[in-house]
Amino acid sequence: MIGGLLNSRWPQQILALPWRVILLVAAIGGFAVVVLYSAAGGSMTPWALNHAVRFSLFLGMALVLSQIPLKVWIGIAYPAYGAILVALVGVEVLGAVSGGSQRWLELGFIRLQPSEFMKLAIVLALARFYHYLPRGYSGKLAGIWPPLALIGTPAALVMLQPDLGTALMIVAGGLTMMFLGGLPLRWLLIPGTLGLASLPLLYNMLHDYQKRRVLIFLNPETDPLGAGYHITQSKIAIGSGGLFGKGFLKGSQSHLQYLPEQQTDFVFATMAEEWGLAGGVLLLLTYGLVLNWGIRVGLQSQTLFARLLAVGLSMTIFFYVLINTMMVMGLAPVVGIPFPLLSYGGSAMLTVMIAFGILMSVHRQRALDNL
Amino acid sequence: MAANGDADRMFDRRAFFLGAVQAGAGFALMGRMAYLSIAQADRYKLAAEDNRVALHLIPPRRGWIVDATGAAIATNRPAYSVELIPSLAGNLDAALDRVSKVVPLGPADRARIHEEAADLPAAASLTIASDIGWDAFAALNVELAEMEGLQPQRSYVRHYPDADAFAHVTGYVGRATAEQYRESKNPLYLVPGFRVGKDGVERSKDEVLRGKPGARRVEVNARGRIVQELDTRPDTQGSSVQLTIDRGLQAFTAARVGNESCSVVVIDVVTGDVKCLLSMPAFDPNVFSSRIPSKLWKDLQADERKPLLNKSLQGVYVPGSTFKPVTALAALREGVTPADTVHCGGAYRVGNNTWRCLGRHGTVSMRTGIARSCNVYFYTMARRVGPQAVADMARLLGLEHEFDIPMPVQRVGIIPDPAWKQKRYDQKWSVADTLNMSIGQGYVIVNPLQLAVMTARIATGRMVEPRMLVGAAPKPFEPLPIPPEYLEVVRQGMDDVVNGPGGTARASALNIPGIHMGGKTGTAQVRRISGGFRGGANVPWKYRDHALFIAFAPVDNPRYAVSVIVEHGIGGSRAAAPIAKDVLTWIYDKEAAEKRLAGVLEARERARRAAEEAAARAEAEAAAARAAAATGAEGA
Repeated sequence: MIGGLLNSRWPQQILALPWRVILLVAAIGGFAVVVLYSAAGGSMTPWALNHAVRFSLFLGMALVLSQIPLKVWIGIAYPAYGAILVALVGVEVLGAVSGGSQRWLELGFIRLQPSEFMKLAIVLALARFYHYLPRGYSGKLAGIWPPLALIGTPAALVMLQPDLGTALMIVAGGLTMMFLGGLPLRWLLIPGTLGLASLPLLYNMLHDYQKRRVLIFLNPETDPLGAGYHITQSKIAIGSGGLFGKGFLKGSQSHLQYLPEQQTDFVFATMAEEWGLAGGVLLLLTYGLVLNWGIRVGLQSQTLFARLLAVGLSMTIFFYVLINTMMVMGLAPVVGIPFPLLSYGGSAMLTVMIAFGILMSVHRQRALDNL
Repeated sequence: MAANGDADRMFDRRAFFLGAVQAGAGFALMGRMAYLSIAQADRYKLAAEDNRVALHLIPPRRGWIVDATGAAIATNRPAYSVELIPSLAGNLDAALDRVSKVVPLGPADRARIHEEAADLPAAASLTIASDIGWDAFAALNVELAEMEGLQPQRSYVRHYPDADAFAHVTGYVGRATAEQYRESKNPLYLVPGFRVGKDGVERSKDEVLRGKPGARRVEVNARGRIVQELDTRPDTQGSSVQLTIDRGLQAFTAARVGNESCSVVVIDVVTGDVKCLLSMPAFDPNVFSSRIPSKLWKDLQADERKPLLNKSLQGVYVPGSTFKPVTALAALREGVTPADTVHCGGAYRVGNNTWRCLGRHGTVSMRTGIARSCNVYFYTMARRVGPQAVADMARLLGLEHEFDIPMPVQRVGIIPDPAWKQKRYDQKWSVADTLNMSIGQGYVIVNPLQLAVMTARIATGRMVEPRMLVGAAPKPFEPLPIPPEYLEVVRQGMDDVVNGPGGTARASALNIPGIHMGGKTGTAQVRRISGGFRGGANVPWKYRDHALFIAFAPVDNPRYAVSVIVEHGIGGSRAAAPIAKDVLTWIYDKEAAEKRLAGVLEARERARRAAEEAAARAEAEAAAARAAAATGAEGA
């Protein structure tokens, strides 16, 4: 009886899911609820409850996505990319009409931020591009300009919004895909070196106020109440947490509102203040295991599309974590990238959970050797 | 799959490399976090604590200022005020509207509040209204308990029970200036209720009186709102300062002189204690200590009786005839004997110039010279011993000297001599200068305290040093380098001024059995004598002569020295000596003095009423004249 049940199709599929990784992701989501509960001064509202509900829904959605065949993903790669690009242009046009910078499309029941989904679409589109690119073409001009165009167009549109952080992530995700797709190293190293070398020159071309911003980022204590305020307060929150933190519900920086955006972009600092270095290391290690699993899925996959997709998605989530933590620890300017799953807010969580669903889908079909 | 072998291996390498990048970045981030939360933990914990905890200073209660018997001259009175933190209140005008339903606020108050709010540091509070009374305080606490940023406060304000009688001694208190804050960076200076001494003893003994502030440690959020109180350390009240002043004497004297523009100084010649240091009219330090209304300030500055000037120390006057004892002592010291006589024919000739005396005194000795204030006698003696001897004696007796008393400003005046004139005017000393100086005219200027000290030194023959702070019993003063018998002659002369036949102040002799007062009158021109112009009663008040009187009592065993200066009082015997008489009477017989004071006050009231009636009558007559003129015009 039980054997029969196990041999039937659905339980097999369920057992085949990467349950250990799902558990890790659920742990991160659960921890987020705890942190947001504290950030609200020990209250489920306004953030923790919403976050819990949303996370549960999106996790269920990810499990559904995991059942979608790879064929479908490769099939929708270009249409999805095209649709999101059109939406980005739409946002731009709407913004110009309403006379302000706008980042989302109001669809009545939901606010869609197309730039958020572009982070995934660029990975899908480039995975498909390289999948069908004949061998040996990735180093030739015919194999280089289409990816550059695919990256540059949305990145430029997002920069216009202006949203430096997201544009950065699109470019980083795209370049990662080109790197994985076999772009000869010289095409990465030579422009990279030139770019680095021209930094001082670029700096001199900046306006005075822009230079000041750069200087404040490099030394936020010189302007503790102005632009350096966020970084300074965030560092105070993390540093004052010490090894094991001040304890649950005892973070003065977040509870007394010295920490700006304590539930969104700076939620990591809110967490670190109460859970200390131990909490931070545990959270980063958990993410490390999830990301590492993503890369291993890529290495185990048989088709190029699946391999590129898995590693690319792992890297996309990695960029979220990297840029956000660098920002809250004072290693990067404040650019408005949330910490995935921990920060309160729907768009980023949706993106990350879709990525996770696709990763699980690739994982399920890693042995598939043609599409 | 084999054909894809190379490409697969490259992918594996690159994917592995990216995995390594992830791991490396992860560990770098952990390292950065460890650096912040371990290596820099102390620094950031301190910073977080700095954020969280704000220190609210509680201004210390000032020490009292008391008189020689311990009676209070300056104390503290509980008061209620209301402070507001504009950054929490939101719309300042709306907040003020709400407050003004309980505490009335005029347009001037609002203007001041807006002005102060404009350059207030974030999360700092400002005083909306001070001294609002208990009823308003209670009402604010009940009605506006929920209002953000409003802080009804209980505090203390400085209280001077005798108001203006001690204004120049105590000075007043006020908020620290922005400059004081910049110099010391003392955060206490920013606390609205805190006061520093601005003048007098309040200023010079500020550090003693100030005390130590208390503190309330409170937890505040980023917007400055108090979340909870952590702990409170009470303030330490400042130490009291005990003055040698006799509160009763000075209060009596203040009542006695009324609205006269004058200074009265009384010194205990045995101890040097300053018993009375009165300068009138004065201001009300109670008003000054909250906030000086600008109209009041302007009126006080424009007042020709100079209520803002401490005349006892900062007023300098030509001493006139009160200087004559100095000239007499200078002559004695240079070998003149008391018995040497001078003939006064009513004038003294130098070359073609004639120097008039106040009368024809005939044969004058030192004693009668002082008693009758004979100018010719002192002209003669000064020319005989020279100006330097007179100047030296003046300085020996304490003129042109700054005394060690806790008052911020003393003007020392001038005792001229040939070297001084050469330096000051680049001119040679002339005979006229000697003659002028001998009768205390010309360049000589002194302050009232110096006159009192001079009198004390003549009365005791010792180097009396005045003091205003009660402390260890002072050492007996050194004797003056003047033979006692010379001093005795001068004292006899001064005794005769009051008690002898022909003395200039006979009307002011004390009516106390066994106690005589010795003294010397003086009159100082405000304008130079020219064409027989005198500063008598028939010229405007401000051109009348100053009246001076110095005195000591009892004559046979001096205990008190007094100097009285009545600005524009016309004559020393007429305006100044009666005050000295009443002051000394109060010391020996309070009942008699109070009775005399009652008489004086009654006379003053009568004079005031008469003046009012006269003014009313004049007004009525003028109105009638106008009416008549108008009717006349109509008729025409």
